Amino acid sequence: MIDWSGYIGLILQGALVTMELTVLGSALALIMAFAAGLGRLSRFAVVRTLATVYIEFFRGTSIFVQLFWVYFVLPFAGLTLTPMQAGVLALGLNVGAYGAEVVRGAVRAVGREQREACVALNLSRYQRMRHVILPQALPLMLPTFGNNAIELLKGTAVVSLISLTDMTFQAQVVRAQTGNTLIPFATILVLYFVMASAISAGMRWLERRATRGLDGVRA
Amino acid sequence: MEWDWTFVWQILPTLLQGLKITILATVLGALVAAVFGLVLAIARRSRNAAVSRTVGFFADFIRGTPLLVQLYFIFYVLPDIGIRLSPLVAGVIGLGIHYGTYAAEVYRAGIDNVPRGQWEAARATNLSTRQAWIHVILPQAIPPMIPALANYFIAMFKETPLLSAITVLELMNQAKSVANSSYRYIEPMTLVGVFFLVISLISVVGLRFLENRYARVDER
Repeated sequence: MIDWSGYIGLILQGALVTMELTVLGSALALIMAFAAGLGRLSRFAVVRTLATVYIEFFRGTSIFVQLFWVYFVLPFAGLTLTPMQAGVLALGLNVGAYGAEVVRGAVRAVGREQREACVALNLSRYQRMRHVILPQALPLMLPTFGNNAIELLKGTAVVSLISLTDMTFQAQVVRAQTGNTLIPFATILVLYFVMASAISAGMRWLERRATRGLDGVRA
Repeated sequence: MEWDWTFVWQILPTLLQGLKITILATVLGALVAAVFGLVLAIARRSRNAAVSRTVGFFADFIRGTPLLVQLYFIFYVLPDIGIRLSPLVAGVIGLGIHYGTYAAEVYRAGIDNVPRGQWEAARATNLSTRQAWIHVILPQAIPPMIPALANYFIAMFKETPLLSAITVLELMNQAKSVANSSYRYIEPMTLVGVFFLVISLISVVGLRFLENRYARVDER
C-alpha cells in the first residue's frame, strides 16, 4: 500500500506554486491590459501602432511557444530568467494582450454623450478617463477579466514543461514514483477546478462592488 | 550565438513535417469538437434536469481545468483501464473534448438567440418539430455562430503544441528534438513562433471576412 500523505503534500506544494504564478501573472496581465488597451485608443499613432503590434503578436502565438521562446531563446540575448520569472513574464504578456482588447472594447462601449458631457464640463483628458469613463467601463470588463484569469490559471500548467515545480509537474513526479496515474491526475484536475471556481466567485463579488451606485446609468 | 540561415534551411523540411501533423491534429480535433459540442448542447437543453445539470457541470469542469492535464489524463490514465490510444488519437480526443465544451456554448447561444416568435410561428404554420428545426431555427441560428466557431478553431490551432507533451511529433516537438540534438535553440524556436504567427494572422483575415459575411445580422 502506498503512503499517500507525502505525495498529497507534494501536490499541495505544487498548488502553492500554481497560485503564486496565477496571482503574479494576473497582476502583470492587468498592467499590460490597461497599458495596451488604452494605448490602442491613444491620440498618437506611434503608441497605437506599438500597442497593436504587441496585441497581435501575443494573440497570434500560443502561450506554450512564447514560454519556450522566453526560456530558451532569451538567454542567447543575454537575458537569463528563472523558470518562475519566465512563466510570469510569458503568462502576463500573453493574457495581457487578450485583456487589452477587453479594455478597449469596454472603454469604447461607454456612450458618446458621456464624453461630450465631459468636454462640456471642461474636464481634462485624465479626469475624463479617471472619473467618468473608467468607472463605467470597469463593470463591463470584469466578467471577461474573470474568464481571462481562468485562462491564465489553465495556462500555468504549461510551465511544468520548463521544469517549474507547479501542480502538474508534481503530479508527474508522483506518477513516476508510484506508478499510479489516476489519483495524481484526478486530484490536480479537481484542484484546478476548485481554483477556477474560486476565481469566478471572486469576480462575481467584485462585479457587484463595481456596479454599486451605477443603477440607472447602465442600460 | 548568431542567427544562422544555412541551419534554418537545413531544419526547414523537418519542421514542415511537424507542421503537417499540427494541421492534421487541428482539423481532426475541430471535427471531434464540432460533433461533441453539438451533443453537449443538445443534452444541455434536455428537459430532464438531472441530464442537463450533469452535462452543465461536466462542461464547466472541462473548461475550468487545463488542456495539458486533460491530455495527460487521457494518455496516462486510460491505458490503466485497458484503453490504449496512440499519441495522436489521444491528442485529437483531448482537443476535441476541450474545445467541444466551448463549441457547445456557441451552439447554445446561437439557438437561444433565435427569437421565440420564430418557434411560435413554426408551430402556427403546423410545422413538425423536425421541420421547425431544419427549415426555421437552424438556418437562422447557424450563420451567426460561424465567426465564433472559427475563432475557437484558431485558438485550437494555437494550442496544438501542447500535444508535444504526450509525444505527438508535431511542429513544436520536431523543433524541440532538432534543438536538443544540435544545441541550437534560437532558430527552431523562433521558426515555430513565426509559423504560428503567420498562420494565425492569415486566419484572422479569414475570420474578419467571415464576420463581415455572417455576423452582420444583429448589427446595431
